[in-house]
Amino acid sequence: MSLLEIENLTLDIGGTPILKGVDLSIAEGEVMGLVGESGSGKSMTALAIMQLMPYAARASGRVTFNGIDILGASEQAMCRLRGDDIGMVFQEPMTALNPVKTIGEQVSEGIRWHTGANRADAEARARKILDRVGLPEAKFPLSRYPHELSGGQRQRVVIAIACALKPKLLIADEPTTALDVVLQKQILELLKDLVDENRMGLLLISHDLAVVADMADRVTIMRHGEVMEDGETAKTLSEQVHPYTRQLAQASMHVPARPHTTAASSKAENLLEIRNVSRDYPGRRVSLFRKGEPFRAVNDVSFSLKPGQSVALVGRSGCGKSTLARMILALDAPTAGDIRFLGDSLLGKDETALRPFRRNMQVVFQDPYGSFNPRHTVERLVSEPLHLLDGKPTPAERRERVAKALHEVGLAKADMDKYPHEFSGGQRQRLSIARAIITEPKLIVADEPVSALDVSIRAQILDLFADLNQRLGVAYLFITHDLTVARAITDEVMVMHDGRIVEEGRTGDILDHPQSDAAKALVAAAPDLHRAIAKRFQEQG
Amino acid sequence: MTAFLLKRLLIGLATLVVASLVVFTVMEILPGDAAMLMLGMNASPAALDALREQMGLNQPVIMRYLNWMAGLAVGDFGRSFTYSSPVIDLIAERAVVSLPLALMALVMSTAIAIPVGLFAAARRGKTADAVAMGAAQIGVAVPNFWFALLLVYVFAVWLRWVPAGGFPGWSAGLWPGLKALILPSVALALPQAAILARVTRSAMLEVLGEDYIRTARAKGMPRRIVLWRHALRNAMIPVLTILGLQFAFLLAGTIIIENVFYLPGLGRLVFQAITQRDLIVVEGVVILLVASVIVVNLLVDLAYALVDPRLRIRA
Amino acid sequence: MSVRESGQEAGILRQAFASRSFLTGFVITAVIAAMALMSYLWTPFDVTVLIIADRMQTPSAVHWFGTDHFGRDILSMIMVGARNSIAVALVAVGIGMGIGIPLGCWAAARGGVADEVLMRFNDLVFAFPALLSAVMITAVFGPGAINAIIAIGIFNVPVFARVARAGALALWPREYILAARASGKGKALITIEHILPNIASMLLVQGTIQFALGILAEASLSYLGLGAQPPMPSWGRMLFDAQTRMMVAPYLAIFPGMAIVITVLGLNLLGDGLRDILDPKLRRER
Repeated sequence: MSLLEIENLTLDIGGTPILKGVDLSIAEGEVMGLVGESGSGKSMTALAIMQLMPYAARASGRVTFNGIDILGASEQAMCRLRGDDIGMVFQEPMTALNPVKTIGEQVSEGIRWHTGANRADAEARARKILDRVGLPEAKFPLSRYPHELSGGQRQRVVIAIACALKPKLLIADEPTTALDVVLQKQILELLKDLVDENRMGLLLISHDLAVVADMADRVTIMRHGEVMEDGETAKTLSEQVHPYTRQLAQASMHVPARPHTTAASSKAENLLEIRNVSRDYPGRRVSLFRKGEPFRAVNDVSFSLKPGQSVALVGRSGCGKSTLARMILALDAPTAGDIRFLGDSLLGKDETALRPFRRNMQVVFQDPYGSFNPRHTVERLVSEPLHLLDGKPTPAERRERVAKALHEVGLAKADMDKYPHEFSGGQRQRLSIARAIITEPKLIVADEPVSALDVSIRAQILDLFADLNQRLGVAYLFITHDLTVARAITDEVMVMHDGRIVEEGRTGDILDHPQSDAAKALVAAAPDLHRAIAKRFQEQG
Repeated sequence: MTAFLLKRLLIGLATLVVASLVVFTVMEILPGDAAMLMLGMNASPAALDALREQMGLNQPVIMRYLNWMAGLAVGDFGRSFTYSSPVIDLIAERAVVSLPLALMALVMSTAIAIPVGLFAAARRGKTADAVAMGAAQIGVAVPNFWFALLLVYVFAVWLRWVPAGGFPGWSAGLWPGLKALILPSVALALPQAAILARVTRSAMLEVLGEDYIRTARAKGMPRRIVLWRHALRNAMIPVLTILGLQFAFLLAGTIIIENVFYLPGLGRLVFQAITQRDLIVVEGVVILLVASVIVVNLLVDLAYALVDPRLRIRA
Repeated sequence: MSVRESGQEAGILRQAFASRSFLTGFVITAVIAAMALMSYLWTPFDVTVLIIADRMQTPSAVHWFGTDHFGRDILSMIMVGARNSIAVALVAVGIGMGIGIPLGCWAAARGGVADEVLMRFNDLVFAFPALLSAVMITAVFGPGAINAIIAIGIFNVPVFARVARAGALALWPREYILAARASGKGKALITIEHILPNIASMLLVQGTIQFALGILAEASLSYLGLGAQPPMPSWGRMLFDAQTRMMVAPYLAIFPGMAIVITVLGLNLLGDGLRDILDPKLRRER
């Protein structure tokens, strides 16, 4: 008999259908990967198992856990199950812990509640599980508060809470999406070990096929609240019987076509030159009279970019890559060094003097939702950089240029009068790109431009970037922690670590044969669908 | 934490100094000086000059300010000419009315508002919530002095339970004194309680939507226990802010409420001193009230640090 | 205006009619405002004429709310008092917005020392109990409606500065602001084009709250004899006059007090309703 059996689960929130007849089962000690893009209903499935659905949600169908009918269970019965037999790990570690309670209190609370242990015994157990998740007593005593820990460490605390009582089923809802690839690998390995040690069932929810392929025995693929396909992982993902499975798998390995590439060795003048750039931030005040040591976010970085070249700047979160990007965009000034663009220094220039530079250098950000003023029309949003032109275009010219930019990114002229909320995430990212190319710049700095997008949309946007590079000859500086993006779209890669560039070279060379420790760690941690499936087949013999 | 509190303490002191400058300057703008007011419009210039000399009014402004500040530092608030007694004595005499009044009002409003706010939050959307918040909505709109008039009419004129106004003095005994302060403190407290109850409720609801509440529920803790153990302490942070601000409101409220009930408190003292141009009294009382607001805000900061470990930065 | 824009506005209007507190608040405020405006043209009786023979009449068909000790019609006085209250509170809000919003936006855009100075200035103003300082100001410059406006207005400045600063600070790190900066727009232009429109709803809600507080403050000041001076009727002054005659004529205290409560209630409901409509995130929380 299965540990968890979901049959025909249907759920709506205030009349809006979210789940439509979902079937899913997990056996004891089995890892089930639940995959889907945003809006597929995968998180709501998890919350329905926990009976922690939002207010106004109504569920029907059957959910049986260990023989207990969950949908019919009383709140009291659910309280006995939650935390004891079913544990849950959430996506956002920064907000998942109560900021005013110590980690010791938060881990031991559930232990005391379920076992009735006294404080000392509960704390001893909490200590043991925290040691187990990689938070040793010497550095992480029970008296630590969440704000004293990093995101990865906080996620370990959340895992400790979920696994403290060795539940029969662990639900992990996108447990690593908010973390960088190296942390992701560590957390996934921890989950895998915990599951193996205690023969727990694991429901791993992810949008990333490669992660699931690496972890799960079986997969269930969802879309729009319905199960598309389910089955044994390696078989399902390699045979790709269902068209949606195939679409997802292909999108996540997609490499856009780019016939010509521009090498760093080309004879052309340098478009961008970074010379010994450093950036310090003042340290946190230690006391009233003593400032802390300044923090060096970018440390003596030099590199150059040729026209039309596409370069990736990769590194873990906090390595200084976004700070560097802001300095290149002249939104922040370096503490030392020089930044030269089109043969002239950007430093010490006021906004008026910067105009010719800004016209040739635009930006695309990560978040397609935060990139637009929600109150402006697309025409106004996309035309914003036209402000940089010396002559003010007439309204007719303006509309014409906006229409052209929209056409370049595959949107219609009629979209000009719409508001950003009328577009999907992928379309908004197209709008961002339209805004970036409207002044026909020579360089676009793109800060994690596809990491907030679903895989199928991500593939389309990467195609668009590649296409614009080929047709318009615009150079790119891609800031990313995702090596698949770097591989897909760039000629050269620079690896950044602790504020320094530790390795640079041809993209293929570096990703296949990394030399520095930082690059090796990134490459080893990057999820890879082919590799994961191959490994699975090998294990099965 | 000490760094944080030390910084707040320094800011408080600086605020106090600037406030003293502001008060002094405003009083300087007032037409006519103390000597003229004491002797009347028809006094001879010679007599005026003599008195000015005696009171030190002929000194330059800076000197007078410094003298006043030096006096304040050692507890010498100067001498009132209308009462012809030291200001500090006047203040001490009146503070025994105002201080208990403000404290009673503060305790009463907190004791009513926080339970009501929590109760309403716990029963969001139910009848009890609607009734409590409807009452709070009206409470916020009621001017305290009008509410005071109604209380006087009902409890003093009609029911004759308590006196309509005046203060017998503590020498008459604890109970008669307290009895005289009941209506004034209720009049001060209820409108404040209405505001505080609304803040408590919305702070609580906001906290209940946080991720860590879901984490606690996923541990198997029942809703009610999560409310007490996890939500309450986080919700107290905004409530503390409002409580600190309300103290200043209460002090200001005493001016008007003491006028309604004819209570010989600080508010009435300062109000009368202003109309009589008894500057030194006004300056003394205002600076004292400002100082007490600053001290209360420091206490609120201290309470923040106790509630919120993120402010207890390790040195 | 494009079709879509008006479509969006229709959505807001539909929500406005669905929000009970907005609708109630709007109707109350509109009625009070209409009453105040009407008093310029017509009141049941002339409030400047004293008819001693008609003094202290209880409410009747002729004098709906009765008459005061000079024989003046209470309803007429409340109508004229409304325009005094509204004018004082409205101008005081105007002063607060006019000075506070630019200050707050400026501090948020500049950051650093400018921001610190503004925050310390706010600390300073908040350290003075508002009514106490209003009493001081009116004492220095003399009682009267204009000085009441100034006294109340000064305390609105740091309130709006604080709200504007907090709202603007939350917006500056947004990516669309960075994009605007990358388009070469200066801080002033960005503030006008991007910051202000996005904090306008917050400021509007705060405006209604300060308006309501202004009505209460004006009533307090005129109760203390520091607001509008006789013979101009004001709600606070009417309550002061009623106090000594409470035993014989409680209705004298009831009606002006009700006028204050209803006006403030209306404005607060309007503010709550606006917040619900303009800020869907806050609606979820209450």
